[in-house]
Amino acid sequence: MSLIFEISRKGRRCAQFPDRKVHQYELPENLTRKQLDLPEVAEVDLVRHYMGLSRLAFGVDNGFYPLGSCTMKYNPKVNEEVAALEGFNEIHPLQPASTVKGALEALKQLQDALCELTGMDAMTLKPAAGAHGEFTGMQIVKKHFVASGHPERNEVIIPDSAHGTNPASAAMNGLKVVAVKSNENGGVDLDSLREAVGEHTAALMLTNPNTLGLFDENIEEITRIVHEAGGLCYYDGANLNAVMGLVRPGDIGFDVIHLNLHKTFSTPHGGGGPGSGPVGCKAFLAKHLPDPVIGENGFEYSEDSIGSVRSFYCNFLVCMKALTYIKVMGSDGLKLASENAVLNANYLLSRIKDIYDVSYDRVCMHEFVLGLQRLKDETGITAKDIAKGLLDFEIHPPTMYFPLIVHEALMFEPTETESRETLDRCAEVLRHLHDLAYSDPAYYEGVPHTTVVSHVDEVTAARNPILKYEK
Amino acid sequence: MEVREELKYTKTHEWVRDLGDGVYEIGITDFAQSELGDIVFINLPAADDEVTAEETLGDIESVKAVSDIYSPVSGVVCEINEEVVDAPEAINNTPYEAWLIRVKDVTDTVELLDAAQYQEVCEHE
Repeated sequence: MSLIFEISRKGRRCAQFPDRKVHQYELPENLTRKQLDLPEVAEVDLVRHYMGLSRLAFGVDNGFYPLGSCTMKYNPKVNEEVAALEGFNEIHPLQPASTVKGALEALKQLQDALCELTGMDAMTLKPAAGAHGEFTGMQIVKKHFVASGHPERNEVIIPDSAHGTNPASAAMNGLKVVAVKSNENGGVDLDSLREAVGEHTAALMLTNPNTLGLFDENIEEITRIVHEAGGLCYYDGANLNAVMGLVRPGDIGFDVIHLNLHKTFSTPHGGGGPGSGPVGCKAFLAKHLPDPVIGENGFEYSEDSIGSVRSFYCNFLVCMKALTYIKVMGSDGLKLASENAVLNANYLLSRIKDIYDVSYDRVCMHEFVLGLQRLKDETGITAKDIAKGLLDFEIHPPTMYFPLIVHEALMFEPTETESRETLDRCAEVLRHLHDLAYSDPAYYEGVPHTTVVSHVDEVTAARNPILKYEK
Repeated sequence: MEVREELKYTKTHEWVRDLGDGVYEIGITDFAQSELGDIVFINLPAADDEVTAEETLGDIESVKAVSDIYSPVSGVVCEINEEVVDAPEAINNTPYEAWLIRVKDVTDTVELLDAAQYQEVCEHE
């Protein structure tokens, strides 16, 4: 497919303006750029170009997308309808707060629902995405200890199975990362944790269920160890889709959490709109939330706030999509969604685990991790090859080579929105690909074969990326 | 997979070469580069930075993942290999020539393995 720059022809336009009836003023030389090479195309070419691009993309509206840890559930179209309502869509961030009381009320409803669902006392919808939520959450932790006279509490304990954003968020706040090992069940090793906590502990950052898709059954003991050492417990809500209506982080010892509306609450992932990473906390930390917070009387400010963290309050339409989802599902529906997410993951795993090795052979939560080291040793076919093979069957690859503690990892998260037929087909495809690794390994040369672009040279792309069009 | 007799190794797949005068050269092993796959980026400390045994000295990115490199020694970085920073594929091609950093004033090391012991570690991975 041609780049839009390549179909550009000088003088083509989407709109023809009438002849000028006013005097034309030239901009001063120092304010104009001669070399700015913007494409010039007719409307029809423009539409065909973007339609063409959309056909090359693969999203949840195209097919099964079991990308582990990302919760690529189907996003109901009613969310879009509500977000498109004039009263939501045509307000401006610079409008006086007194003229958008309805919008603030809607945000308050979302805030309250998220508090209820997570067992938190206060919530901000402000952070722009998940990692920004983590950063904000760790700022609150840091502020808490500085304000209470314990700046020496500057260590954050993070399990070795964690998302890479966890240590990054701690480090970006000037906090020191202390890693703890996983035990033989894939959970936090309690002895390592006991050794790691101390008078410098600021917080433990934990995802539960963790990135192996396993619920840490020692969770109450874990949060107790951290609290007794004087630290706080931070819940990374990446995997909340497994436990909605079943477990509330606030009830099992967590003090601060962040959520990903684009994962758990069916708003679009990248490309379909910005993310949103609300942060919740217990009452004793609420005064540190980013300014402003939405209270009973609209925006409220606190002298003890960590500050603004970004311009304006929240990615508003994303929040409206999440609110719609929550209202449509109801509390029973959300619980059922989590139960089905767990059921679907266990069903898919049960259909393939006689031939693929699962990293930890337990009942999983909403996702599971396969380790393909044996397949690689026996056939030379890797996790990456299997992932690319899935593309030939119009299934998006799972997350690859993560978490790092599993060799040749493939992490599947089917989500609750997939039917049994879809899961059966995925299992058949995976069994077929496994057979091919032994019976016809040559198939994997140049895989995928059916996609528009095959065998991308990702090494050259990463080493020498071409990020700019040049004639 | 190549393991060289004259080098020392860590359980976390770094190699150490004693250059004499208290200076040590550090790289990653053939096993490590083959597990990582094609390496596309490497992030190293600067000269005069201190490194601490067992702590990360930098990170390495392959098409698969980003991984930490752990320092086998505590000391002061006296030189980094700019050629490897510019062309990290050298680590895939010649892992035992493509050293990453040289460290002086070494005060501490992790438990270092000889070639036979390291070979055994790899067989159990």
